[in-house]
Amino acid sequence: MRIKNVNDLKLIADQYNAELKKYEHTIYVCGGGGCISSKCQDTKNFVDSYIKEQGLSDKVNVIFTGCMGTCAMGPVVLVEPERIYYVHVTPERAKDIIDRQIIGGEVIEEYTFFDANLNKHIPCIDDIPFFAEQVQIVLNKCGKIPFDSIEAYIAKGGFTAVAKAFGMTQQQIIDEVTASGLRGRGGAGFPTGIKWSAGMKAQGDRKCIVCNADEGDPGAFMDRSAIEGDPFCLIEGMMIGGFAIGANNGYVYCRAEYPVAVERFNKALDIAREWGMLGENILGSGFNFDIELRIGAGAFVCGEETALMNSIQGERGEPRQKPPFPFESGLFGCPTIINNVETYYNIAEIINRGADWFAQYGVGKSKGTKVFALAGDVINTGIVEVPMGMSLRKLIFEIGGGITDGMKFKAAQMGGPSGGCITEKNLDTSVDYESLTALGAIMGSGGLIVMGENTCMVDTARFFMQFIQDESCGKCTPCRIGTKRMLEILERITQGKGTLEDLDTLEELSYTIKDTAMCGLGQTAPNPVLSTLANFRDEYEAHIVGKTCPAHICSALAKYYIDPEKCKGCTLCARNCPVQCISGKVKEPHVIDQNKCIKCGACMTNCKFGAVIKK
Amino acid sequence: MSKVNITINGKPYEAEAGKTILEVARENNIYIPTLCYLEGVNQYGGCRLCMVEVETNGRPMRNLQAACMIKISDGMSIKTNTERVRKARKVNLELLLSCHPKDCLNCNRSLDCELQTLARRMNITERRFEGESKDIPLDISAVMTRDMSKCVNCRRCVAMCNNIQKIGVLNAQKRGFKTIIQPSFGKHIADTDCTNCGQCISVCPVGALRETDAIAPVIAAIEDPKKYVIAQIAPAVRVGIGEPFGMPSGTVATGKMVAALRQLNFDEVFDVNFGADLTIMEEGTEFLQRAKAALTGGEAVLPMMTSCSPGWIKFIEHRYPELLPNLSSCKSPHMMQGAVTKTYYAEKLGKDPKDIYLVSIMPCTAKKFEIIRPEMNENGVRDVDAVLTTRELANMIKQAGIDFVNLPDEDFDPVMGLSTGAADIFGVTGGVMEAALRTVYELVTGREIPSDNLHVHPLGDSDQIKVASLTFENVLPEYKFLEGFTARVAVTSGFDGAAQVMEMVKAGENFQFIEVMGCPGGCIVGGGQPRGVRSEKWAARKAGIYSIDEGKKLRKSHENPDIIKLYKEFLGEPCGHKSHELLHTHYTARGKYNELIGKK
Repeated sequence: MRIKNVNDLKLIADQYNAELKKYEHTIYVCGGGGCISSKCQDTKNFVDSYIKEQGLSDKVNVIFTGCMGTCAMGPVVLVEPERIYYVHVTPERAKDIIDRQIIGGEVIEEYTFFDANLNKHIPCIDDIPFFAEQVQIVLNKCGKIPFDSIEAYIAKGGFTAVAKAFGMTQQQIIDEVTASGLRGRGGAGFPTGIKWSAGMKAQGDRKCIVCNADEGDPGAFMDRSAIEGDPFCLIEGMMIGGFAIGANNGYVYCRAEYPVAVERFNKALDIAREWGMLGENILGSGFNFDIELRIGAGAFVCGEETALMNSIQGERGEPRQKPPFPFESGLFGCPTIINNVETYYNIAEIINRGADWFAQYGVGKSKGTKVFALAGDVINTGIVEVPMGMSLRKLIFEIGGGITDGMKFKAAQMGGPSGGCITEKNLDTSVDYESLTALGAIMGSGGLIVMGENTCMVDTARFFMQFIQDESCGKCTPCRIGTKRMLEILERITQGKGTLEDLDTLEELSYTIKDTAMCGLGQTAPNPVLSTLANFRDEYEAHIVGKTCPAHICSALAKYYIDPEKCKGCTLCARNCPVQCISGKVKEPHVIDQNKCIKCGACMTNCKFGAVIKK
Repeated sequence: MSKVNITINGKPYEAEAGKTILEVARENNIYIPTLCYLEGVNQYGGCRLCMVEVETNGRPMRNLQAACMIKISDGMSIKTNTERVRKARKVNLELLLSCHPKDCLNCNRSLDCELQTLARRMNITERRFEGESKDIPLDISAVMTRDMSKCVNCRRCVAMCNNIQKIGVLNAQKRGFKTIIQPSFGKHIADTDCTNCGQCISVCPVGALRETDAIAPVIAAIEDPKKYVIAQIAPAVRVGIGEPFGMPSGTVATGKMVAALRQLNFDEVFDVNFGADLTIMEEGTEFLQRAKAALTGGEAVLPMMTSCSPGWIKFIEHRYPELLPNLSSCKSPHMMQGAVTKTYYAEKLGKDPKDIYLVSIMPCTAKKFEIIRPEMNENGVRDVDAVLTTRELANMIKQAGIDFVNLPDEDFDPVMGLSTGAADIFGVTGGVMEAALRTVYELVTGREIPSDNLHVHPLGDSDQIKVASLTFENVLPEYKFLEGFTARVAVTSGFDGAAQVMEMVKAGENFQFIEVMGCPGGCIVGGGQPRGVRSEKWAARKAGIYSIDEGKKLRKSHENPDIIKLYKEFLGEPCGHKSHELLHTHYTARGKYNELIGKK
């Protein structure tokens, strides 16, 4: 059908909700990116066919959703109405769940979420701290509805915000967004209302509204999860923005590395057009709006807004000089507003529930929530949404479940290659724009990489610098050559060939790059180095002066020894050593010749007795 | 234009709104170093050497700003010479130098290199940042040598090729430190649709782009006792050659140039102007033949287009192969003259044409490709054996230790040394058309062209596309078919303009005759001329060229007595049998991707 007005929306919602009520049980199978990797499609297919086989199709509704959040535990499944949350649900486990819970009424506790802190299984999702501590505005439908159903989206209140917005003036919408205190979630935190206001006031025959979905920070997958799980919400957010600034053309720039997001969003665009929620005279408002999905070619720099626009225009993804800012002269020279994916996901709720409701969450100048992708040495790897102002400690240790393998916490990298690391002493810092900036880190787009004690901070800095060097667009000298020279110095240090003067050179180059690079990516490129230098200078010095890597990560500095107590003389290490530097008789402890060892680690990998030690 | 008030280094200045910090600083003789910026070509903000501190509305901007990119605004305060600024500029320059080859002594841009000059000016005395440098093989075509190990990524060539010429052969590829300027897919330049215009070379600040050296083979020929080495010089060279020796742009240095060539032991020195006069005879006649056919119900392809610019020829072969029949079949002037030298003049000399080594001295790089076209030879003897650019000639003169500025003037050798003013103006956009119209009009009507001092306005202006009309009235009896006919002619230069005019032609715009030169502004700012700010060089050199034309008694090609003699003694008549054999040529449809080569 085609939706012609607000009443149609209500009709669709009522019909859909009535349909849901027919079922006794609903099985939500997570179809988020993490679960796809752990073969949730097999689980979904099994559940579908097994439910049919058991003749339960009238009683059990099976829904394939977007990301539920606990990506490390996929495939995950939620069973309603009991709200039991099962993890690692293979088809075999799924059969048990249907047999024993759906049919038998029994909760299979050992398949449910295990909380490492509490050291026990927690069957009901509402009791799990990972979920209980979250406030979901952006992700309020993600993981809860089928991602490809516009009816389900509407049934959850979808498109009511745009309907409401059509009854407001452009200024009223912008005032509401401004009053909410919403700031750009891409990282820099520029107030969205002010940006939109500039967009509205800009003069132009044609204006554009763009969504930056080129999420490129290593370890960040918030935007991908949101688009994969709830694509219609992005359409609604952009449509409201388009209406507010007077743009009829929307562009979503999504990276090619997100095939699932691209596929689902394209499908959502088709559905929305088919139902009349994109195109001409939407909801009878007289407003025309459509969105085009543009796919990037995998350049990190295209996440920078001006490079992104160049890329959409078919040019090399290189930043442009600002000013002129995009709102003055952006895409194809038109006044353009660019916002991050997450920013748009907040819009519908702000319009629906009002600025005051939104602003109740958060602290100071940082209102609302922030979605984080927890990654690294953290137990609950996945997607979480928390109110601004939560402490990092709570985020990592309560929601994130703490550090893996019982390790000690060392640092958290926020803001990806543009950000900095936060150490133990600052763990109680409130997660908000101002507090993080004060620490030399940034909020960033939400990538949060947790590092345990066996992380080498010099190697981490080297990793980020390698990333920047690979991804620098090559336009300006400091970023193109400066980061290369910094990378070479970091490589030298991790190989034990650095000097203390190198540290001064690193700082000098860092300050010049920050001060002179053309775009934000270049200007922030030295941050990981500066922040690790500030917090872990002793580690740098250990590499340089002591020629050791305290975390035993830098292979050139590592030394492999065989513990004579543990060695059984099985000769496996000697036989696998590519340079024949291990000697010893059968059934007698072996010895590694340190002069010949190339530190490949083959001995350690092959030893069955844990006798090879890396120091 | 409204004025704004700014301060630079604490001193107040009033300047036009809309200008950049760099422009205002330069106007006021405040030095800000630049590398990627080139007036009229590239405003890119990439090298980060022009960094300055900027304060707007009393608030300092957080980072240093690129003076070439930031426009001034009222109340802006700029500091160009603080320690922070100097340090940042120096580090960025040191970074550029850290991956630049350390072989200034072997570089043909040494002492003429912008990077080297900056290093000296910023007092670089050590290499602080060591690391990987670029080791990229040379790409050598007949025209240019690309040494991307020396490239500083300023993108001037990219801007020239994409924004001004709109050919788009050179582009940045790859990322980060590996960023390289090259044709797509790393193709050799010779395998692309590059027109060989050489404008990229003329904007390169370092030794990364240069013409492929012809000095060595020329010297070898001079030293070869069997070879009779003749130089022939294009019109535009004489107003550019003085510059490398410190003479002002546009200085007419014809006599010194001839003298220098003699000191370089060329056996004879001819003027390609002679060939230009010959071209007008042929091209003018060809035009009248085509016009006659068209106006008397015969078959003829119009508009006719000039064929003097080898860059333009390659452009049309790639981009508009369907319009090749519109091209005049005339060879370019130096090729015509080459053909005549290797036949008519060889006979006069009593020499085997194989023993004559003819060197064209040209403002042009594309000529280096033109001479190796398979169709440009007579019985296995090349029309022209080598092309030296104006820059290469200057290098040769310097190498030989000749005191160019103080040389007494000498004259061209006779036989092919005399030319009319019409030939001189071949060096400027509009000149070929004007020269042709001077002759055609007079041939048709028996009267001098009724224009201002023989100049046809606005054809010689700096505009990209110029259109003029000329009506033939009271014509001579043999041109009755032209009575009352108004010819519409168009002139353009640069490939952007050429493409626009070709689109107009395809859309049916009524033109009869079109002049195209590949380089914007014509040969005086050709790809082989001394480097500099294009607009300034153009104006000065044009003035020089026009002064030669206006100073001559003979200003119409058909009045050249040696041309008349050549027809009488050897060629017969314009566009006659012998002319067609020696002075006319044919073209090759290439297609944008060279996909048409070899296809019928």
